[in-house]
Amino acid sequence: MSDVTAKKVLFEPVFTNNPIALQILGICSALAVTTSMELSIVMGLAVCAVTGLSSAAVATIRSQIPSSIRIIVQMTIIASLVIVVDQVLRAFAYEISKQLSVFVGLIITNCIVMGRAEAFAMQNTPAMSFLDGVGNGLGYAVILLIVAFFRELLGAGKLFGVEIFATVNDGGWYVPNGLLLLPPSAFFIIGFIIWALRGWKKAQVEPADYKMSAHKVKEAF
Amino acid sequence: MSNKETISKTVTVAFLLCIVCSIVVASSVVLLKPIQQKNKALNLKANILAAAGLLKEGASAAEIESTFASIDARIVDLDTGEYVEPSVVGKQTALAYDQRKAAKDPALSAPIPGDEDIASIKRRVKYAKVYLVQNGSQVETIILPVSGYGLWSTLHGFLALEGDANTIAGFGFYEHAETPGLGGEVDNPRWKGIWPGKKVYDLDGQAGTLDGTSGASSWSGKKKSNVEDGKPQPQIRLVKGAVDKTRKDAVHLVDGLSGATLTSRGVTNLVQFWTGEHGFQQYLERMRKGV
Repeated sequence: MSDVTAKKVLFEPVFTNNPIALQILGICSALAVTTSMELSIVMGLAVCAVTGLSSAAVATIRSQIPSSIRIIVQMTIIASLVIVVDQVLRAFAYEISKQLSVFVGLIITNCIVMGRAEAFAMQNTPAMSFLDGVGNGLGYAVILLIVAFFRELLGAGKLFGVEIFATVNDGGWYVPNGLLLLPPSAFFIIGFIIWALRGWKKAQVEPADYKMSAHKVKEAF
Repeated sequence: MSNKETISKTVTVAFLLCIVCSIVVASSVVLLKPIQQKNKALNLKANILAAAGLLKEGASAAEIESTFASIDARIVDLDTGEYVEPSVVGKQTALAYDQRKAAKDPALSAPIPGDEDIASIKRRVKYAKVYLVQNGSQVETIILPVSGYGLWSTLHGFLALEGDANTIAGFGFYEHAETPGLGGEVDNPRWKGIWPGKKVYDLDGQAGTLDGTSGASSWSGKKKSNVEDGKPQPQIRLVKGAVDKTRKDAVHLVDGLSGATLTSRGVTNLVQFWTGEHGFQQYLERMRKGV
């Protein structure tokens, strides 16, 4: 945390220090809600709101929090905000909240939220922490949208519910790939994203844990 | 930063934080409740229309309200199968009757004997609210409220029957909390699309001797015979895997949900309960006879 500038905390998590692609956090909900672009946008916004507000709230009272109960304090703040977000969604986006079902509530368990509260907001000002939270939420949302783009387009032939490829079921030509509507496909897509991102930003490549020994052919006799 | 690690400080921080958080949560719940209830009521109407196949895709709130206004709500005495006046349940109109609330009211409901409570709903209302889609004096669709226990939750939905009070016109749940992706697939439009055209009762004995053990096995524990006490028994049920179309009783069978044995069993039980003797059997019998 040497130099903390607004631009840096907001945009660094998007590609350079992405919570999903580099820190591999928050994968579970990324698998579950990325079947359509619409759901992903709402989920991304919900996570942005929760991480931003919870980081700001934690930062505001950071000098008052006794270290013995700091995790519980963070959890309480996060849980309250998640309930508020869930209630707002139910009031203003009922259909979407029904589709997201338990996953809004499960933002509580999203490691990104707690990770930012513990790692950043405990040491920084409320404004910076808010931006950091929103930035990390954006990083999460960007990956969600990329995954959802491929899953919805190739899995259902649609984007935002609008037909792009006419599917065979509707008399078109495109045979939708059912695997892409199932959670495992998101694993593959996230894997490809991480691969591409590390090809672009070489600094993210981790040193190998082991070295392969050269293959030697041994004759049987 | 002097001394924030004392016990009194810890207790104070915890206490104040809890107060603030509970105020935030409580006020958001209370303030947003009216809007949420409006959404819920609209969703209920949309589901009634969807079960009857009257819901257009992307219909606006006003369109749903106006289509719903053409549907007739009636109160049915489940024991006799006759219509009763809304005043019997203490309401001005049939529409105002809240059947789910009545199920908890001792005056309007009765406990179901344990071994007959296949849908695990414990109490059953004496009077049920049905919806009729009418064309002149001809009843086109009968929409029945159904509910029963799945794996985690009570599923609430509507079963729509055609005018013959036997052929299913549509089926769907408006409220449940089954596992998304497994039991939650009861919301899948493709699965719901299997139901229309299926028959609840085997009125003319077409399926012959029903053989539950051959081919796909049924999830329903109790196998009901075709007719009991001169009354047709519900034959509709879910089976494991896809329905073998060549089976004689295929018209009564619906594909089960993969990976959701208990939800599928629950759906079978609740449909059989509500079309059986404790449910709408008498009412549907009367509808078939045209009285």
